[in-house]
Amino acid sequence: MIKAILIFNNHGKPRLSKFYEHYSEDTEQQIIRETFHLVSKRDENVCNFLEGGMLIGGSDYKLIYRHYATLYFVFCVDSSESELGILDLIQVFVETLDKCFENVCELDLIFHVDKVHNILAEMVMGGMVLETNMNEIIMQVDAQNKMEKSETFIFQSTRQDR
Amino acid sequence: MALKIVKGSIDRMFDKNLQDLVRGIRNHKEDEAKYISTCIDEIKQELKQDNIAVKANAVCKLTYLQMLGYDVSWAAFNIVEVMSSSKFTYKRIGYLAASQCFHESTDVIMLTTNQIRKDLSSPNQYDTGVALTGLSCFVTPDLARDLANDIMTLMSHTKPYIRKKAVLIMYKVFLKYPESLRPAFPRLKEKLEDPDPGVQSAAVNVICELARRNPKNYLSLAPLFFKLMTSSTNNWVLIKIIKLFGALTPLEPRLGKKLIEPLTNLIHSTSAMSLLYECVNTVIAVLISLSSGMPNHSASIQLCVQKLRILIEDSDQNLKYLGLLAMSKILKTHPKSVQSHKDLILQCLDDKDESIRLRALDLLYGMVSKKNLMEIVKKLMLHVDKAEGTTYRDELLTKIIDICSQSNYQYITNFEWYISILVELTRLEGTRHGHLIASQMLDVAIRVKAIRAFAVAQMATLLDNAHLLTGNMQRNGICEVSYAAAWICGEFSEHLENPMQTLEAMLRPKVATLPGHIQAVYVQNAAKLFATVLKSQEGNTDSTAAQETSQLMIERLPLFVQSANLEVQERASCILQLVKYIQKLQQKDVEVAEEVSALFAGELNPVAPKAQKKVPVPEGLDLDAWINEPPSESESEDEQPKAIFTKEETKHSRPRHIEVDEKELARRREARKQEQANNPFYIKASPSSQKVYQDTPGVEHIPVVQIDLSVPLKVPGLPMSDQYVKLEEERRQKERAEKKKKEKKKRKEKRSGRGKKHDSGPESEEDITPAHMVDIVTEEMPENALPSDDDDKDPNDPHKALDIDLDNLGEMAGRRPLADSEKLPVRSHRAVEAAKSPGEDGDAETVATQQPKKKSGKDKRDDKKKDKDKERKKSKDEKKKKKHKHEEKEEDLLRGEVHEPVVQSEGISQVAELPTSTSAEEAATVAAAEAPVAEVVSGAAQDSEPDEPKDTEMEETKSSKHKKKKQKKEKEEKEKKKKKRHHHHHRHSDGGGEESVQNGTVEEEEPLPSMSNYCLLAENSYIKMVYDIQGNLQDGSQVVVSVIFENKCDSFLKSMEFNVLDSLNSKLQRPEGSGPHDGLTVPFQLPPGVSNEARFVFTVQSIVMPQKLKGTLTFIVKNEESSTHEKLDFKLHFTCTSYLITTPCYSDAYAKLLESGDLKGSSLKLEGVNMPFHHLLARICFHHHFSVVERIDSCSSMYSRSIQGHHVCLLVKSSGQTVSIDAKCDEPTMLGNVLDEIKQTFSQC
Repeated sequence: MIKAILIFNNHGKPRLSKFYEHYSEDTEQQIIRETFHLVSKRDENVCNFLEGGMLIGGSDYKLIYRHYATLYFVFCVDSSESELGILDLIQVFVETLDKCFENVCELDLIFHVDKVHNILAEMVMGGMVLETNMNEIIMQVDAQNKMEKSETFIFQSTRQDR
Repeated sequence: MALKIVKGSIDRMFDKNLQDLVRGIRNHKEDEAKYISTCIDEIKQELKQDNIAVKANAVCKLTYLQMLGYDVSWAAFNIVEVMSSSKFTYKRIGYLAASQCFHESTDVIMLTTNQIRKDLSSPNQYDTGVALTGLSCFVTPDLARDLANDIMTLMSHTKPYIRKKAVLIMYKVFLKYPESLRPAFPRLKEKLEDPDPGVQSAAVNVICELARRNPKNYLSLAPLFFKLMTSSTNNWVLIKIIKLFGALTPLEPRLGKKLIEPLTNLIHSTSAMSLLYECVNTVIAVLISLSSGMPNHSASIQLCVQKLRILIEDSDQNLKYLGLLAMSKILKTHPKSVQSHKDLILQCLDDKDESIRLRALDLLYGMVSKKNLMEIVKKLMLHVDKAEGTTYRDELLTKIIDICSQSNYQYITNFEWYISILVELTRLEGTRHGHLIASQMLDVAIRVKAIRAFAVAQMATLLDNAHLLTGNMQRNGICEVSYAAAWICGEFSEHLENPMQTLEAMLRPKVATLPGHIQAVYVQNAAKLFATVLKSQEGNTDSTAAQETSQLMIERLPLFVQSANLEVQERASCILQLVKYIQKLQQKDVEVAEEVSALFAGELNPVAPKAQKKVPVPEGLDLDAWINEPPSESESEDEQPKAIFTKEETKHSRPRHIEVDEKELARRREARKQEQANNPFYIKASPSSQKVYQDTPGVEHIPVVQIDLSVPLKVPGLPMSDQYVKLEEERRQKERAEKKKKEKKKRKEKRSGRGKKHDSGPESEEDITPAHMVDIVTEEMPENALPSDDDDKDPNDPHKALDIDLDNLGEMAGRRPLADSEKLPVRSHRAVEAAKSPGEDGDAETVATQQPKKKSGKDKRDDKKKDKDKERKKSKDEKKKKKHKHEEKEEDLLRGEVHEPVVQSEGISQVAELPTSTSAEEAATVAAAEAPVAEVVSGAAQDSEPDEPKDTEMEETKSSKHKKKKQKKEKEEKEKKKKKRHHHHHRHSDGGGEESVQNGTVEEEEPLPSMSNYCLLAENSYIKMVYDIQGNLQDGSQVVVSVIFENKCDSFLKSMEFNVLDSLNSKLQRPEGSGPHDGLTVPFQLPPGVSNEARFVFTVQSIVMPQKLKGTLTFIVKNEESSTHEKLDFKLHFTCTSYLITTPCYSDAYAKLLESGDLKGSSLKLEGVNMPFHHLLARICFHHHFSVVERIDSCSSMYSRSIQGHHVCLLVKSSGQTVSIDAKCDEPTMLGNVLDEIKQTFSQC
């Protein structure tokens, strides 16, 4: 199971947080901060796994992260997930974002966090991996966006009518 | 003009979307918080508007703010509103927001049940998808229970997109509602072979999660998984399956043997590192599970170790890390194969990556031997010095202690060395593990008798230098060590070189700065020392020395008498008085030393930490029995005066009560433990005060081997562990040389008695004899201790509930098919059905009889179900044989059910009507009414439509009916046994009784009389009809009339036709194509004594007036010789009450409603009502569909809403036998009628 997915930048500013277990807002922020401290002090060429912090996880949980340019993608997972598998999943996630946003950069995530959530929802659901095939993910995301577009079109036209 | 401004500002507000918000926040870096608070104010404004687009936009922004750490739970209701938008765009925003901030205690969740259900059955797959995704994040036990059946249906959806999501979410449903696992499992298993790889993967995922926690229940799936493993090419699925096998093999070694070959093949063939790694992992698990004696598997081990070495040597740090991780697993069973890679692992200790170092440390634990322990620890000590971060250093410290103390100090050959190591560790600043070091010191000193003299010397030095060593003891945990030092010096004071000096050190004023529990030990042990000192001094001729010692005590102790710590104070004042008395005696030249030391005579034996727990419970002692009467329940109820009329409270009160008790107990236990930990009288791991055991024989008889003093014992100052390494080296060499000499003579049998300990090491180690033959005293256990070791299981594990036997579901006949109580709750029509009213029997039969006609080629699932039915019948038959034996009993049971529905805590009736969401349930009921009715009314018409989603809907209703059918059968069976005795004619009221509890009071003041909503429609000698009318919340112009037909005669009733003369206002809905005067065929037949329920939908225009409709039921009575045509006239009474729908209302909203002034008032007085107030309320709630908003003593406000949205508010006051009801409603005519009806209700009783 995946317990949480966090994306934050090199300064620890959260860009996306998805907790699959309930925490209060304060605890969430604390977890993000703690995770950032754990992750950010690590060198570039060390392993991508580390034992979970005090707040999140405990012994059975691991933080698995990847660092891309200005962003950290951190998954907190328990022992039922394959470590290398999750690393691959992060890669798929980032590549999907790249396809959906066309050369994704931090700004895309800043301004379209809802879209990122929607993409993520097609990959991971309730802490379990739903889909790992990038094409399938993109297809579903596109189909939903198309639907949204058709709706907003109708909506806007009715709005103009008024 | 003003309007224009308002409109403009609204537009602007609307224009500020998420992007604008983010931009704004970025532009206000200095005063971010202030900016956001203005934004939140704007959002609050936006949420007040009616436009759903504005609301959705606001909710979207809130979701972003939630991520930044702002609490947005106040907008929960608005989120629900956005969720229920019909537009996908908004719906998605709503569900996203809900998934981010809803959790189990969000109260509006209970309002979402119907919305989610609607979305789940939406024709648009993305509506369903978005609902499933959202639900996966905030599913609660209630939602899980209410929606389990809907989700299960979705598992067979035509679209794989929905299927895979539905399959995946089932895991969450299982977690929240474990009862759903058994009924859902067969279908889940089916999905393992779904044609779509995504669905398959999801199913594998769910089963792996389940199996991980309770593997034994999933062993039967092994063949299926084996097939999948050999056929699948999806690495994700393969990894999951292989991981699952890793969990299964420990339980079934035969499986392991089969796995080795395919796994080895995969290891050789795969190019994916992730897969390779998992394969290696599982092979290791297999090897662990197989007895290590199997020679032909050494190749596999070699393969694994070899592959892991490659991983560890890889430049990729990730692989290195994982390699070490897997290596540590092999270590447990095959330490030798790992030990050969010691070089590699020691090398990893120097890695710059902390994660890797930690993993390497783990490995070291298993790699030590007698031979290399000192060397490895020396290396670790070097790292301790180098380590900069405290976490890593603390980790090192615990590892050193773990490594040394493992398996009863098996690898320690020289305890002096170990003590020195411990003393060296005390020099670490800021470690959190002072306690750990202290307990080790105590343990070693107590259990290794030979080392005591040395330990005491070291501890004395430590005490002496305490102030030097740890300047600010207070702050760091290391001061715990002085606790151990003081105790050891006191307890074993006979070994002290200079007790007087130590005594002086223990009474230094600086001690008073130590934590209380340590001071207490200081004081107590000062007294012990005092006794020793006296003893040595009294032998001398000069008595002044002894008197001086007493004087020292008398001078120093007052400091402790003033201590704020009670423990210290108490001990100090006791001892002070004692010493004063001794001084008096001394002045009279009385010899006191003997008597004083008698105070502390006797030896303490180590007692195992679990010893207490293992004392067997004597026969006839029930530890769970109450000693005193349990506290009465009324106490806790006093604390909840706000309790509202919901079933929840009554039903839950009992179990919850116990739960609270258990929690409370746990808390107290925890507190007690805490207390014990801080209390020197209760040293858990290092027993000190168990004087009771002092005379136990046995331990005394264990021969204690004298120390061979080949090593100088006295080390000046602090010990340096390093020197021991050298000394040890020398000693070993000497020994080896000696041995060579002796070898010529004979092989010496030096090991006395305790040889077993030393045998366990590898061959080469046997040559190393310990420096001291030490006696490690084993911890004491009670004589007949229970061998059980299962006390480590966590009772709070949510997965425990999922430990459900899943085998023999379905195919394996007979053993334990699904019991009725295990069926998933199906949307049901009011509680009457849930309580298995016989009215449904025929409902099920309808399906049974119609099935062959309607759907000839029904899917397998149904067939399976039928099979199961057959099984059930079989078991029934068996039961019948035993029937006469059990008859008495069963009857009692039934009666119990009837009389005390509250007590019956499990069972379908409660499950289906679970408490929390009374009102939601109510609403659900109404929505639920739609589907079945549609079928009843226009069954065939729908079937002809090929429309897909509808199809699934149909299936849903059908499968639900299937289940009902089973329930009914059972009921019928019982019914027959009952032979219509006793409660037969009460049947409907039975259900009503249930209902009344639901709507009834919280307090169990008095049992409520049973109530029923069903009233008599018409009756003759053949048939009896009772009916109930329900409004339909979704459609303001529809009401559903449920009629229960009961066959009263001995003949078969068939071809029933139900017809009503429509009025202008109310019309019976007839299938398309039929004329306005045609009757409706009742879709079932009634065998003698059976009853069944049918529902008819009516459309009404105005609901302000009650109305009566005339109607006729025609039917054919058929018995063996003849059949006659009969008819029965009836009048359907549509009361205004029947247009009301129980709707919950919060008190603030209620107040607002009353303030608004749109409502017209009216009032009513009832005289001579002699029933308890809560009964009265329950009646109004039940019969007139109201809900209680607030109740204060004998005054209560109530609310209800009509299907067309009229608000009806009541204020009910009771004084004596007079009840006054003030009512307000926006439709006066309707209000008048409702009040009349209420009046009538109470005049009837």
